Amino acid sequence: MSMTIAEKILATHGGRDRVEPGELLFAKVDRVLGTDVTCSLSIEVFRGMGVERVKNPDTLVLVNDHFVPAKDIKAAQLSKNMREFAREQGVENYFEVGRSGICHSILPDKGFVRPGDLVVGADSHTCTHGAVGALATGIGSTDMAAAWALGELWFRVPETIRLEISGEPDPWIGAKDVVLHVISLLGVEGALYKVLEFHGPVIEAMSMDGRFTVTNMAIEAGAKSGIIPADATTLDYLRTVGIAGAEPIDADPDARYASTIPVDVGSLRPQVAKPYLPSNATDVEEVAGEHVDQVVIGSCTNGRLEDFEIAAEILRGRKVHRDTRLLVIPSSQAIYLELLKRGLAGVFVAAGAAVTPPTCGPCIGGHMGVLAENEVGLYTTNRNFVGRNGHPSSRVYLSGPAVAAASAVAGEITPPYDVRVNTKLQAAKG
Amino acid sequence: MGGRAFKYDDHVDTDVIIPARYCTGFTVEELAPHALEDLDATFVQRVRPGDFIVAGRNFGCGSSRENAPIAIKGAGVACVIAVSFARIFYRNAINIGLPILECADAVAGIEDGDTIRVELAEGAIENVTRGGSWRAAPFPEGIREIIDAGGLAEYVRRRVAAG
Ligand code: SF4
Repeated sequence: MSMTIAEKILATHGGRDRVEPGELLFAKVDRVLGTDVTCSLSIEVFRGMGVERVKNPDTLVLVNDHFVPAKDIKAAQLSKNMREFAREQGVENYFEVGRSGICHSILPDKGFVRPGDLVVGADSHTCTHGAVGALATGIGSTDMAAAWALGELWFRVPETIRLEISGEPDPWIGAKDVVLHVISLLGVEGALYKVLEFHGPVIEAMSMDGRFTVTNMAIEAGAKSGIIPADATTLDYLRTVGIAGAEPIDADPDARYASTIPVDVGSLRPQVAKPYLPSNATDVEEVAGEHVDQVVIGSCTNGRLEDFEIAAEILRGRKVHRDTRLLVIPSSQAIYLELLKRGLAGVFVAAGAAVTPPTCGPCIGGHMGVLAENEVGLYTTNRNFVGRNGHPSSRVYLSGPAVAAASAVAGEITPPYDVRVNTKLQAAKG
Repeated sequence: MGGRAFKYDDHVDTDVIIPARYCTGFTVEELAPHALEDLDATFVQRVRPGDFIVAGRNFGCGSSRENAPIAIKGAGVACVIAVSFARIFYRNAINIGLPILECADAVAGIEDGDTIRVELAEGAIENVTRGGSWRAAPFPEGIREIIDAGGLAEYVRRRVAAG
């Protein structure tokens, strides 16, 4: 056998016994994800293909997330196009504002992804779904139209890099710190055309929320997908979303990898990626003291319950600094409801944060918190390219929720446990 | 085909190729006037049909927005030559019929403003201004089929029509 997880999934879906890296094949897709920002173009291309009906409407998931609630007339039209298409084609899994969330939160939490699935999405962070042991990858709008028409799509079989992540880091270190560190080691193109398979005790001990954060950022190293083999944690999670009897698959012991990279995170400090690349990660101490105009806690990277629990631990009873704005954005309606039930939303509002409905919003510089000229942001999102979050002169640092919350209180980039900072935090509290 | 080279660095991402503020639009008419706006504000005024973008590694990284190759093609760019392309951009360019060539040596031998000539079928690149000629790696067989059909939409149309 000797196949990696990605090779196994492509072989099964391409109707082959085995596949080799570099090969091109058409493979059947189990899920096709579209959003308000990419669907309209796909619909136009689909019509141009001379196809009337989507081949497998049950595989489609259409999610309003990027520019919703509609930021302007054009955005409203994008959602309208998708809504009408969903109706026309009998797509059950269409998610409307108020019952929606960021697509990469909706897809797994509604039970649409299983281990061994081949998932494509017209959104680059579709790699997120590798956290349940699927091969999930981003595609463009024409690709999506083709997948709608044919139920399959062309793939180049990728090589796989195996990461073995070990060490016992400080309790303040979270999944985001780990993945920012990994990307800084690989570089933004270190995994170009390849898949990242994450293994090792640090991954095994990680919650599902943390695992989604890790695979979400695989694309920031250029990867086609990030995959974490399903284990007991995965199966427990899948049961909560209504999937029983999932079959985990793992790589064969003699699978061939492009490389195997051990990463020890035992002495890792909280990480912050400096503008303008997600691979610019450094220890938070290196950039501590930089004033931040706006802090965003949310997105498909860090907008899950665990992220808000961490942030609330720091923000409870404290205030957001007077020169800083804090935006808290749950990644789905379900998580929003949890924030309300558990009293976390109250913690954020009392601290002086704006809690918004689920949306991509400021992560893509779309709306609901765009940065002005020369402003500085600290975001728990995944990209900090020039102009990504607003004016091209604005600068965004990326971090996990702990650093983000501490920095919102201090008004400047701040380690969550620094003594100097704790004094500052105490002062803010008093 | 011949034209001038507009040269850029590594990691030109799709956010600078076409910022999200223009991505509520998806037609060539809406996108082309803003191609590369956050990277090179005068690009659109200077570029003429048949010119080339020559760039470093990982061109088109970031968002999956197909609006990016549409904007570049719509601005008149005949072909993008880069050391490497980010994978979704690579797919999108092939799918919509924006010619791309991967050739590190050519990138090293071309400066901003040089006049270059490209023969797509052979992947041949020639620097008319300062001499030098190169050949880009050929596309794998399956990808050639899509390119020859004129893009993925046409490829699918033919496949569906053929039953
Ligand atoms: S939250 Fe940001 S990165 Fe995630 S899907 Fe939305 S725009 Fe993309």
